[in-house]
Parts: sequence; structure tokens; C-alpha cells
Amino acid sequence: MIESFFAGLIVGSIHSGTPLLYATLGEAVEERAGIVNLGLEGVMLIGAVSAFITTVQTGSAFWGVMAAAAAGALFNLLFGFLVISRRANQLACGLAMMFFGVGLSALLGAPYIGSRIVGLNEIRLPFLSDLPLVGSVVFHYDILVYLAVPVALLTWGALFFTRWGLSLRAVGENPLAAFAAGKNPHRIQYQALIIAGILGGIAGAHLSIGLAKTWAEWMTAGRGFIAVALVIFSKWHPLRAILGALLFGGAIALQLQMQARGLPVSPFLLDMLPYLLSIGVLAVWGGSRRQAAPGSLGRVFQGTE
Amino acid sequence: MKSKNSPLGKKVFPVLLSLALVGFLGSAREASAQAKLKVGILHIGSIADAGYNQAHAEGVQVMKKNLPEVEVIEVENVPEGADAERVMENMIKQGAKLIIPASFGYLEPALRVAKKYPEVKFVHPGGYRLAPNLGTYWASTPEAFYLMGIAAGKTTKTNKMGYVVALPISFFLANINAFQIGAQSVNPRAETRVVFTGTFLDPGKEATAANALLDQGVDVVGVIVDSPITVVQTAEKRGAYSIGYHFLGVQKFAPKGWISGIAFTWGELYTRFAKQVMDGTWKSEALLGNLGGDFLTIAPFGPAVPAEAVKMIQEKKPDLINGKLHPFQGPLKDNKGAERVKAGEVWPMTNLGKMDWLVQGVIGQAR
Repeated sequence: MIESFFAGLIVGSIHSGTPLLYATLGEAVEERAGIVNLGLEGVMLIGAVSAFITTVQTGSAFWGVMAAAAAGALFNLLFGFLVISRRANQLACGLAMMFFGVGLSALLGAPYIGSRIVGLNEIRLPFLSDLPLVGSVVFHYDILVYLAVPVALLTWGALFFTRWGLSLRAVGENPLAAFAAGKNPHRIQYQALIIAGILGGIAGAHLSIGLAKTWAEWMTAGRGFIAVALVIFSKWHPLRAILGALLFGGAIALQLQMQARGLPVSPFLLDMLPYLLSIGVLAVWGGSRRQAAPGSLGRVFQGTE
Repeated sequence: MKSKNSPLGKKVFPVLLSLALVGFLGSAREASAQAKLKVGILHIGSIADAGYNQAHAEGVQVMKKNLPEVEVIEVENVPEGADAERVMENMIKQGAKLIIPASFGYLEPALRVAKKYPEVKFVHPGGYRLAPNLGTYWASTPEAFYLMGIAAGKTTKTNKMGYVVALPISFFLANINAFQIGAQSVNPRAETRVVFTGTFLDPGKEATAANALLDQGVDVVGVIVDSPITVVQTAEKRGAYSIGYHFLGVQKFAPKGWISGIAFTWGELYTRFAKQVMDGTWKSEALLGNLGGDFLTIAPFGPAVPAEAVKMIQEKKPDLINGKLHPFQGPLKDNKGAERVKAGEVWPMTNLGKMDWLVQGVIGQAR
């Protein structure tokens, strides 16, 4: 029973953490390029609803994920048009895009509520799934779970070990200097937004066709905002984002597992657990290291006129 | 019964949401002018949720079929609060004479609008307050949960059952208690684990909660959240049995593991309300139905339920209706060991709002 508790906890953490990780990685890329996107919740919802509708229509979860990525990218391009081309305020636009995403996804998804899908299949790994004790419980996930950490590594590699990543970070720190060095800040920011939209859309897809296999209005239930917070928590670093997403997903899974196991702790207290944990970690970590926020985060690059 | 707590955003950003949703969805459903009676109904969520909202929406459909001369103005996704008031006033301006604000949290807004328009009648589900032109209706559910407990207790193989519940409010605790007491009456080894998700709508969390229960060896999963789809599907996928709630048509999401469900079938009641308003006999009252009436229904039993259990349920149902059998018959201890109901006494059904404990055999925390 103890093994089942821990195995369940691991599985639950990974399931709850996966959408958070994709969303956090996307937001980290945007913010590294100097753009705060509070509309992430909307991007995830658009991704979730696109994935669900496409899966219902085509019967294929693969096309569901593709649709979610494309829809997320498109949605973020609209945000990009506002904050990059029109130079509008990022925070206000982000919130507006969030509400737009909530409303639009509810409208698009309404005819599909209650539709039944198979969704993403669980894949058993040939060797790992046969490991004694934990193997059979721990190693059967859908493809998006297996890809989450590789995507984080890829994001890390792209940001820190390529010229493109260097330019992107330069734009986030000081767009004028990047411009002087011959980079096009606006183009790089658009690229960052497309990547973030793809990742945010996939995060939503995992929720709707991976985890719950249901569509419901506002089914992200605040996960987009948690991801924005996780970016700060992970100090804009893709590898620390893995830790943050697992920790937060783990806190959600832990409270549910503890209840199912019947531990004598108040459900109200358990409901606060993920947030208490965040406060605790921030309190310990908070000011102990230098701030890692990109220098021009949230500022509008006005061009050179 | 529906709590005032709604998903995160519905509380925080009601105004913008209503602009985005209410205006859009509402405009398509306006009624024309020649109807004998116009009925307005407000839903807190989507009417296709196979749950709380769909049960009300189906009720309205049945009423329309029974009374073709009645027209309906139906609006989904109305946030509780000032938006609900605006939607109700809008319906009244379009000529609605009967309003059904179909969520617990619409009570305060409905009372305010009712005061302003004394000629319009209101019926509110699960409320506890009346006004001269506002009545209330609900059905007593613990008896039905008791019968579900019998079905589950006879069907389970691991003797472990689980419930995914939105919040630990007294009416839900009473349902879980009745379920466990019913199960124990036929299976002394039966236990019920309960997990609270803290919200009425978060499919991701509901799936994780159901999985947590299944990880503990539970093989029957029940659900008290707005939409039972996610939990019931998750149980079916992992080969467990499930029990539905709110809406009669949940079975299609779990054809193999389906045990049964408790459903609200509001159609005939709504028909009566509409007739009463048309012929002027409507009066404000607090209606509490039970299994003997026509708006609380036990869903058909699934293939896994033993015939013996179905027979037993059919025998006990009349006893529960006429009061010969009471779900909360003493002696009852809570799951901390304290005596809650003495031998020979019952916990009165009128006192369900004060039930803040979980009965022995339930694994979970009431507070």
C-alpha cells in the first residue's frame, strides 16, 4: 500500500506537472525575449479546445496536438501584433487576450461538450515498464509526458547554446543594443511568441485530450497563471522549470493522494498545499540570489527613431 | 445542491465573462411574441455537461414538449451576482413571467429582482429562503445515495469504494454518509474513501483525484461535481465501476462499469410550475421531493450489478419513501469514534444542514 501511495504520487505529479511544464517553458521563452504574456491561460484554453474538437472530428489525437500547437501559435501572433507591432501595453493586452481566449474557447467548444474521445494513448516503454515494483505503475504515459523533459532540454539548448538563443536573450535584456548589433528585435520577438504559442497550445492539449479526455469551459482553472508564476520561480531557466512544474504538480497530486489514503489532515489545508509550498520555496530562495529577470522585460521596443 | 463557490474565474471576472458569453449565447434564444407564457431559465455552466446543468435543461425541454404554448428563454454560463440580475431583468423585459435561476448561487440576485418585479414568479432550486413571488424546490438525496450504497456494496470486489466530491459541505457529507451506511447494511467490510477537489469544475484535478482513489484499490467510484463525465470515464478506462449523479444520461460514458446513478428529472415539475403560473394557482412554497416523486430518479442499473441487489433496492425503496427505513438510523458513530446518533433515534432529514461529520467506515476528513 505504501508503494502504491508513492507510485501514485509519482504518476500524479507527472500528470499534473506536464501541462504546467509546457506552459512554463513557453512563457520562459517569451519573457527571455522581453515579453510578459498574461494571456497564457487563454492560449492554453485555445489549445485545449482545438485539440479536443480536432480529435472528435478526425478521431486522431495526433492531429489534435497539431491543431492545438497551430491554434496556440496563431493566438499568440494576435497578441504579438498588439504588443510588438502596435506597441500596446503588454499587461493589459495579456489580460484582454486571456478573456478573449476564455470566451472564444467556450464558444467553439460548446457543441462538443460531452463528446467522447479516445484521446492520447498511453505508451508502455519496452524495458522500463517491466521494472519490478514501480515500473508497471510509473512507466505508462502518453507521448506528451515522455516528450516534456526533452522539450525542456531542447529549449535550454536553444536559448543558451545557439546564436539565435543569444540574440533572443539580447533582445530581452537590451533591444537597442541587439538592434545595434544588427539583430531585428521585432522579428525575434515574433519568433519567441510563436514558440510560446505552440508550447502553450500543447499544454492545453495535454489537459483536454491527455489527462481529462473532456472539454469543459475554463478547464485550465488558473494553470496558466500558475505557469507565469513558475517562470519567476524557475528564474527564467528551462531546467529549473522542470523542477518547478514537478514540485507544483506534485503538490496537487500529494493533496489528492493524501485524501485518498485517508491521512488525517483537513481538506481545506490540503487545498492550500501547492500555494503554501510556493510561498515556502520563494521565502527560502527569494532574495538569496541575484535577480534573473531579463533587463527589458515588459518594456516596449520603440525602434530607433 | 450547488454551492456558492464557482470556478476561479466566474467569481473574479464576472463582468467581462458575461460580455463575452451571455450576450452572445443569449441573443440566439430569444422568444417570439405570441407565446401564452414565457419562461426564462439561467444556467451556471454549459447545458451539455451531462451533469447539473443538463438536468435542468432537459427539464425545460420536457416542459416545452408537454406545453407547446410555452416559450423559453434559455441562457447558459451566467456568472452568479450582478450579471445574473441583469440577465433576469432582460428576460422580464422580453415578457418572461416565470424565471428559473438554476443555480444555488443565484438566490440573492433572484431575491433582489423578485422584489422589483412582484408580478413575475421565481422558482429557485435548493434554496432556503422564500419571498411572496419566489418559491424553492429540491429533492432529498440521502435516501437515493443509501440505495446506491447497497448496489455498490454488493458489486465491489475489493470492498473499497471512493467518492470524488467538490467540497465538504453538509449536504454532500450527508450523501456520502448515507452511501456508506447503505453499503455497510449489505457488506460489513465495505469502506468509502472520499477526496475533495475544492471546486465544482476542474476536469484535470477530477481525473487525478479519481486516479488517486483507484491507486488505493478502490473499484467503485462515485462523483459529486457539476459534470460527472471525467470521473466516470477515468474509472471506466481503468476497469472500475462507477456511479453517476445529476443527469440520467451518464451511463454512455461508462457502459461496462456502470452501476447506477442518481438523477434529477425536472420536466414534470417544471410543467406543473408553468401550468400553475398560467392558470393563476401558483403560490410560493418550499418543495422537497423524494424518491416517491417524479423529479428524483434512480438511473437504470448496469450489467455488473447482481440481480439480488436490484431486488433488494426495489424492496427498500418504498420503505425509504414512507419513512419505515431511515438512512440515518442510530446508533451511528462518526469516523473519529464519537457517537453522533443514539440507538433508537434518527438524524432528522430537516437537520441535514448541520451534518458536519463523516460516518464510521468513511475514510476522509469532514473539515
